[in-house]
Amino acid sequence: MGKQGGDSTRLINEQGIRLDGRKIDELRPIKIEVGILKNADGSAFIQFGKNKIMAAVYGPKEVHPKHSALPDRSVLRCRYHMSPFSTEERKNPAPSRREIEISKVIREALEPALMLEDYPRTAIDVFVEVLQSDGGSRCAGISAASVALADAGINMRDLVSACAAGKVAGQVVLDVDDTEDKEGQADLPIAIMPSTNQVTLLQLDGQLNDEEFSRAFDWALSGCRKVYDLQREALIGRYFGKNEKPMEIEQ
Amino acid sequence: MPEIKRKYVIPGEVVARGNVRADLNVMRVNDQLIATRVGMAEIGHDVVRVIPLSGPYIPRIDDLVVGKIIDYSAFAWEADINSCFFGILPAASVFGRDYSPAKDSLTEKLRVGDMVAARVIAFDRTRDPLLSISGPGLGRIPRGQVAKISPAKVPRLIGKKGSMIKTIEAGTKSRMLIGQNGVVVIVGAPDDTIRAIKAINLVEEEAHSADLTERVQSLLGMTIEPRQDGEEGEQTQEESNESSGENSMQEGSPSEVPVENEPQGVVAADADPNQSAQEM
Repeated sequence: MGKQGGDSTRLINEQGIRLDGRKIDELRPIKIEVGILKNADGSAFIQFGKNKIMAAVYGPKEVHPKHSALPDRSVLRCRYHMSPFSTEERKNPAPSRREIEISKVIREALEPALMLEDYPRTAIDVFVEVLQSDGGSRCAGISAASVALADAGINMRDLVSACAAGKVAGQVVLDVDDTEDKEGQADLPIAIMPSTNQVTLLQLDGQLNDEEFSRAFDWALSGCRKVYDLQREALIGRYFGKNEKPMEIEQ
Repeated sequence: MPEIKRKYVIPGEVVARGNVRADLNVMRVNDQLIATRVGMAEIGHDVVRVIPLSGPYIPRIDDLVVGKIIDYSAFAWEADINSCFFGILPAASVFGRDYSPAKDSLTEKLRVGDMVAARVIAFDRTRDPLLSISGPGLGRIPRGQVAKISPAKVPRLIGKKGSMIKTIEAGTKSRMLIGQNGVVVIVGAPDDTIRAIKAINLVEEEAHSADLTERVQSLLGMTIEPRQDGEEGEQTQEESNESSGENSMQEGSPSEVPVENEPQGVVAADADPNQSAQEM
């Protein structure tokens, strides 16, 4: 899927304002809710612009089939899926080549953050269900899945926060949406472990020169940091209420 | 007792730095001690730990658990202990060392579907946890209603020095056995049992609130007693182990003993002989 570049005059106007009214270094509005599915061990719902994505975690649990269990660690299984009603035209619900690939990159983005060796001979299932899509759904899905894993109480080295940058109408922009992804020249989704400063996902679709890459990477990093703040706020709000001060407990 | 600082943490957050021992749910990366779970960090002078607020039950040695027998082989029963690992109860630990599969039948003692109170005697994650039902208060549970609570909230359900369990038992005239795995057995009249389950659900939903004992008392229609020092609060894992374990069910009791005749019944936490452990 090479980026061809499209009608560049319309994507960013002379004032540097994008189609949806954002500046070139501005994120879409993000909202994260934790623990909204009763039947899952952990869950999260993220609205990332027009994206609406549900993440659910089950486990650790028994592995079926048994031969796929690992003796020294847990098996992480991820399923990224777009609902038939998530796109403008009905999407065939069967897993597509793209969904299988994104399931794999989500798994690989989450794995470094999880202490899988704490749960040998078990499996952890992560479901990322896109209810409404608007570009950048793998990043939003990773962010939601990592919050759902923390909600499920699985030992983690860090959360995983993800965000994309790209190149649209010849300019580097933060957080490309669906139109910009299709019409633009490049898309650079990254996922990081914010506290340890490690990158767990880096993809690049399109072409960027050295300078553009550096700028896009830095902007995507700053986007990840903002996503992390919201992830933290959502988790703290869920478990401790809005009040961040620990309740007084006498000894 | 040295002062302990507390703060809310999420995975990846630095709890403390320097030469401090990492206890539960804390890992060391160079100079930093990092939380691995969502929970409340307790930062002491020489040790830090995080009390998690969610998560699966991971067995620990000496835990009292309530399990359900789901299968048996020639040498052992297998019990569902509300965990990703199954509990193994060896036949030799029940029949004695002279157990012989030719002579003894496992179903004489425990059948599939039976509930048991058991203690975890060995577990290191490489193999399934080994259980034992020999010991005071352990064995088959003849009657009662099973309820579940998140394993992370079990210390809250027991309360400091067993305050919460005492409150619920007094308010509902029922008796409770609380397993560290989040399975609770309630013995009492049907109406009392239903009220006890409502109280347990309240503890589950409001586990983080500070005036939980008062709220449970008002739910059960009890006169609200003035709060005493040390009455309220999160209980540490060690404390809860002690209070739930030391005097739970009456000795042995794999046989059908009417509850009324049990000197202690299914009580999890009163008159704990091991006070020293609770005063930490």
